[in-house]
Amino acid sequence: MLKKYRFVPLIVLVLTGIAAIGWWLHVSHVAVLQPKGVIGHKERQLIYFALGLSLLVVIPVFIMLFTFAWKYRAGNKKAKYEPTFDHSRMLETVWWLIPTVLILILSVVTWQSSHALDPYKPLASNKKPMTIQVVSLDWKWLFIYPEQHIATVNFMQMPKDTPVTFELTSDSVMNSFWIPELGGQMYSMPGMTTKLHLEANHTGDFQGSSANISGAGFASMRFVAHVGTDQEFARWVQTVRRSPNRLNQSTYSVLARPGIGFYNYYSTVDRDLYDTITMKYMMPGMGTM
Amino acid sequence: MNTFGHMANILVGRLTWHDLQHNMVTMTGVVIMSLALVAIIAALTYFKRWKWLWKTWITSLDPKKIGVMYIVVSVVMLLRGVSDAVMMRAQQATSVGTAHGIVPSEQFQQVFTAHGTIMIFFAAMGLMFGLINLVVPLQIGARDVAFPFLNSVSFWLYVMGAVLINVSLPIGEFSGAGWLNYPPLSELAYSPGVGVDYWIWGLQIAGAGSLLSGINFIVTILKMRAPGMRLMKMPMFTWSVLGSMSLVVFAFPILTVTLALLFLDRAMGMHFFTGGGGGNAMMYVNLIWAWGHPEVYILILPAFGVFSEVVATFSRKRLFGYTSMVWAIWAIVLLSFTVWLHHFFTMGAGADVNAFFGIMTMIIAVPTGVKIFNWLFTMFRGKITFATPMLWFMGFIVLFTIGGVAGVLLAVPPADFQLHNSLFLVAHFHSMIVSGVLFGYFAGVTYWFPKVFGFRLNERLGKCAFWCWLSGFVLAFVPLYILGLMGATRRLDHYDKSMGWQQLFIVAGIGVGLVCLGIGFQVLQFAVSYLQRNKTRDLTGDPWNGRTLEWAITSPAPEYNFAIQPVVTTRDAFWEQKQRKTSVQKPQYHDIQVPKNTGFGVFIAGFAFLFGFAMVWSITWLSVVGMLGMILCIIIRTTSDHTERTIKAARLAEMEVAGGTKA
Repeated sequence: MLKKYRFVPLIVLVLTGIAAIGWWLHVSHVAVLQPKGVIGHKERQLIYFALGLSLLVVIPVFIMLFTFAWKYRAGNKKAKYEPTFDHSRMLETVWWLIPTVLILILSVVTWQSSHALDPYKPLASNKKPMTIQVVSLDWKWLFIYPEQHIATVNFMQMPKDTPVTFELTSDSVMNSFWIPELGGQMYSMPGMTTKLHLEANHTGDFQGSSANISGAGFASMRFVAHVGTDQEFARWVQTVRRSPNRLNQSTYSVLARPGIGFYNYYSTVDRDLYDTITMKYMMPGMGTM
Repeated sequence: MNTFGHMANILVGRLTWHDLQHNMVTMTGVVIMSLALVAIIAALTYFKRWKWLWKTWITSLDPKKIGVMYIVVSVVMLLRGVSDAVMMRAQQATSVGTAHGIVPSEQFQQVFTAHGTIMIFFAAMGLMFGLINLVVPLQIGARDVAFPFLNSVSFWLYVMGAVLINVSLPIGEFSGAGWLNYPPLSELAYSPGVGVDYWIWGLQIAGAGSLLSGINFIVTILKMRAPGMRLMKMPMFTWSVLGSMSLVVFAFPILTVTLALLFLDRAMGMHFFTGGGGGNAMMYVNLIWAWGHPEVYILILPAFGVFSEVVATFSRKRLFGYTSMVWAIWAIVLLSFTVWLHHFFTMGAGADVNAFFGIMTMIIAVPTGVKIFNWLFTMFRGKITFATPMLWFMGFIVLFTIGGVAGVLLAVPPADFQLHNSLFLVAHFHSMIVSGVLFGYFAGVTYWFPKVFGFRLNERLGKCAFWCWLSGFVLAFVPLYILGLMGATRRLDHYDKSMGWQQLFIVAGIGVGLVCLGIGFQVLQFAVSYLQRNKTRDLTGDPWNGRTLEWAITSPAPEYNFAIQPVVTTRDAFWEQKQRKTSVQKPQYHDIQVPKNTGFGVFIAGFAFLFGFAMVWSITWLSVVGMLGMILCIIIRTTSDHTERTIKAARLAEMEVAGGTKA
């Protein structure tokens, strides 16, 4: 009798653990599961779907593992013992087939979602999209607004419900541009431009960071992405334009030096600065700078 | 002064006094390492064991001896890797807001780079090659491996690779660019120190050893099986090793070339992977993962093999779906070369490419799932005893399945965009590698320990270790899954309090503490088992009621393995033989040739170490010495005759009787 209940504490422990995880996810701020952007929402959808599909296999595995272990323990004299039962065409077909079918379903979803949520794909919207050029530096993020001719460091602002095209490059090593609440990340690399399309559908301050190791100051490569209304954005652009700082080749070369904890607004930006940054790696002899 | 500087440069290359000066944390590590070294040297001298060490171990070509040495070195490396993990957990639990933890960021980055490098290349690979050396010749009824001397070279190259990586602690620095050292960060412009060079040459040396081992075991398995052991009668562990070693042979050359190109960039100013000069870092990322993904399966397939043996033995039942299992192994082998891009969906490859690699990745879940169902149905209608290896197996199923679900999520490219480079990813691959690889090798070591040493490991302490590892693992990594979803990226040496991550990092730290307790139990288990060895001697040679040939001979296995060549007619050869209870005929012994001991394995690897060290520090004369030394040793060894000695039939009969009387 006592033996039968010796697993009760273990079961209680496991259930408590699961409850604790649920409670924590409920009370804390879990960026990926509480998205504030269109892409983030769809990506969360996908995570839930794949999780649900996997559980169709996982739950039977767990049930079989524990029932078989319990039922066929050596001490259980009532259980059947068939030491030569090593093959069953029917059973083996079942477990080659069922995972194959599930993977087939998931493959279709993967193919479709990879295209639908391709970071390079412009987002459909009746509002005019906006472009922000992003340069990862040692160890800070430079945001250039080519349409507004302004630039900022380690802070960016964008209007709600407007699709934003991020053009990413690096004037240092490889980094990864990630604002988890808005959607997935994309690498920024020297000498080339990668693209990422995001759209916020809530206002607020969202944390962004570099997700890829980039050297000593890597942990400080954080920025805030502020999402406000269109009016708020327009007012903010005016504020930035009143800044005494201008971003040209010489101020940029100072900014590009390694360092952390840097914030700035630039009222004007050299028109070809972003292109100069990406193109300089293409020129012979300039790659080592 | 100038002449002096010039002289010094010729003598020691880039090395200066400055490279020997370190902060407190590194010095602590250096002191611990030195003390351990001094203690070992003192003990060997005091007990007059130098000759013993040289004759019985260092120069031995017996794969069982080499296997034990692999495991000893990899356990030491595991301890080093775990201390790195403890430092990482301590840093991330404390370095919050205005506090800055225990080490500065550069050092933290060296710690996690060393952790990954050491755990994969020197802990996991070492445990794997150790078990393969111990078990494969025995399982296929062979007396040795195909190339016994090459085996010794492989082992010592592995050791010297490990030594080179660890020398970076007292002399110079280690890389801080992550365990795969992506350029441009690992290029000279951003990592001017010797850290990346230590990484390159440590892995080149150890990697050459792995490649040679791969060839050795493929030939061993294909050419040296006992008469009658057709391929489809091989034990499943041997099958999985054949799969794994095939991957080694195809994957490791990619690593060698990639590292060589990176070194050319760094040392000769070339531009394979630099940002400029026509170089492209994306090529490196592709190449390193073209090796790196198969590497995961190189490690895990033999562990799957261990589980196949363990679950059949402790369920006292034939392995379910043998043919399916073999096909599943080879499906995994092939597919593992078609998925590498899933490590960088976020590099902007485009939807078609990403979707293709995502789908290929998911397909691997099918053969893996098949293996799990076959293991479960091996338990079905069995008679299961829950010895420690079986517990490791059950723990593996639970954690591996959870990690596998995380893996499926990561295989969907748009989901990966949100999970990549986060702690969710870190938790995923630790679920796979700790439960899949490490638990597998723990099970294997416990299972085959009596065959090698002649006595069993203490079960009670083994179970304590298991429960600590299991619960410690859950506590250490479930918080990381959640932290990843909260947007916490990997490799952070510091974060702001407002992120709300600290509590979870503290829980993870407690988990690692429990894992350390588990390791403590394992160390205690070895000590106690050794002290109680007279009580737990394996007198039958078959302590677990085993199924495969290694259990047919006495424990510990004699150096020639089988006095009489076994003949195989079925799978589970020994089990079937026991079922038939055939009467034992009086054996007819014949002379056996065994390889003589030789020091050339350690000499070649020693020169390889000097060469590697010289390349790291740009010491030209020493690199010439290292290279010439290697070539000379190879010439001398390969041209020398009389590399074998004979055990006479009469002597063999005596030894067999002596071994048999214990039974």
